[in-house]
Amino acid sequence: MLDVAGLRVSFGAIEAVHGVSLRVRHGETHCLVGESGCGKSVTALAIMGLLARGARRRAERIGFDGTDLLALSDRGMGRLRGSRIGMIFQEPMTSLNPAYTVSSQLTEVYRRHRGGTRAAATERAAALLGRVGISAPGLRLGQFPHQLSGGLRQRVMIAMALMCDPDLLIADEPTTALDVTVQAGILRLLAALQAEMGLALLLITHDLGVVARVAHQVSVMYAGEVVESAPVAALFARPTHPYTQGLLASVPVPGKLRRGQPLDPIPGSVPRIPPDFVGCGFRERCRFAMPACAVAVPLRERAPGHSYLCQLTP
Amino acid sequence: MRRFILRRAILGVLVCMTVLVISFGLTRVAGDPALAVAGPQATAADVAAIRRAYGLDRPLPEQFFTWVGAVARGDLGRSYLFREPVANLIRARLPITLTLGLVGLGFALLIALPLGIVAALHEGTPTDRLVMLVALLGQAMPSFWLALLLIIGLGLRLQWLPISGIDDWTGYLLPGLVLAFSAIPALMRLTRSGMIDALGSDYIRTARAKGLSRASIVLKHAARNAAMPVVAIAAVQLGFMLGGSIVIESVFSLPGLGFLAWESISKNDFPVVQAVVLLLAVIYIALTLFADLLNAALDPRLRTG
Repeated sequence: MLDVAGLRVSFGAIEAVHGVSLRVRHGETHCLVGESGCGKSVTALAIMGLLARGARRRAERIGFDGTDLLALSDRGMGRLRGSRIGMIFQEPMTSLNPAYTVSSQLTEVYRRHRGGTRAAATERAAALLGRVGISAPGLRLGQFPHQLSGGLRQRVMIAMALMCDPDLLIADEPTTALDVTVQAGILRLLAALQAEMGLALLLITHDLGVVARVAHQVSVMYAGEVVESAPVAALFARPTHPYTQGLLASVPVPGKLRRGQPLDPIPGSVPRIPPDFVGCGFRERCRFAMPACAVAVPLRERAPGHSYLCQLTP
Repeated sequence: MRRFILRRAILGVLVCMTVLVISFGLTRVAGDPALAVAGPQATAADVAAIRRAYGLDRPLPEQFFTWVGAVARGDLGRSYLFREPVANLIRARLPITLTLGLVGLGFALLIALPLGIVAALHEGTPTDRLVMLVALLGQAMPSFWLALLLIIGLGLRLQWLPISGIDDWTGYLLPGLVLAFSAIPALMRLTRSGMIDALGSDYIRTARAKGLSRASIVLKHAARNAAMPVVAIAAVQLGFMLGGSIVIESVFSLPGLGFLAWESISKNDFPVVQAVVLLLAVIYIALTLFADLLNAALDPRLRTG
């Protein structure tokens, strides 16, 4: 469904994403995990062609269902955005336009891509609001964003992304800005919608708990690269890249951890990688680092669908 | 919303009362109208008689309260100079100034809004800098000088537009254009900065993620949110234009309110000066209230918040 290879994004002298490859299959939930600043969101925006002015995108391939997105004009991309690819963002409080009603913002995307009467679009909007778990859709349609809570706004955003029945939904940290109790609800909703509608879902998160609950496939990003990609069970059972291992080791697991026992964090912090950097971006923090890590790192395959970027062999 | 309007109305009345005191006070220190009315050949006795006739020999507080009482009843007094009720003088001239102000505002918006939007869309590029330079030049150019340039260029050389008087609507075009120029820089800057803010916001990213057309993103989603400070400043600018058209009206010989104010100030015609100042204050207050209402219509958060 979505096939990205060698994606690079740079902002002036800083390369935020260098060489990300990613495959999202039909009807699959693919989680992209990593620390803040590792390039997850930039990757998503680059796929959508929504990077800010001044950002430079290069890639070997960005394919969507047989279409080469790299070759599309902005107008052509606009026909896919909102219609076949939906996107929701991290900031529900500011992602809706404060000046227009929920109804207006939902129907405009439908009428833009599908045409039809206002009444038909409104009917579709009400149905989708119900589908995303909003009670009294009729009332909500006439309201403005400031009259809704954060959780409700994110549900509106989800409904908006689904108005045209997309094949792919990109969700960029959709629960990060919400209360914990609301997070669970939004997550359940996304998982349910993905299954019911047969969506391909690219879910960006830094929360491994989320990954464990909803993902089919997981890609772990570090400093602008995907360092490991595996089916969710394999990733948790056999993490292979030292960064993935460190990430899993730093998550507190109730029952497994004795009182007073310290967590096992990864030493150091995410470095800023210059564009001409060669080798493994993790080597300065890695306990297995060796001289060979300073030259190009091979992509190894541990099992079908489980690849990682490291000199080590398991 | 109703409480908001009520509060603004009370505030408006207070401002008017302050204006009454100040305009009364300032005209009293400005000079003696009896001298102007009596003329250079008048004797001291003539001047004294005129003072008595107009009540200028009464103590100041008494004059003030007599005047305020009359204003409260809707009587603006009689002009010393024109020997006519002030209300008649104003009624004849106000429409000219209002028309001129609206034409000026119309020109200003027509020029400033598109330029501001273009500058915002090209932020940081040579296009942006060129537009801002034009704004700076507009701000730096005195309006009487611009008026003369336009009179020479459009009026005398090309003979496109009449250069003085108002025989028909074309008479308003040149003075309106000159008046607009003073308002353009502020409007354009605000449009530009408001649009830059709006275009960088999360809801514009959402609009792009929805695949909306560029026109819809810029004109519907961004412009609506950028409009509020522009509306507020446009109202203030219209106030400036109405009150500050003195220079323009005299350059183009338009018999408007500004022209009347200038004449009556130079002749110490107190009742007219006071009435014009009061009228402008009322217009100003009404304009800002109108701008607030317009903003409430634009931004739902102000209506229900």
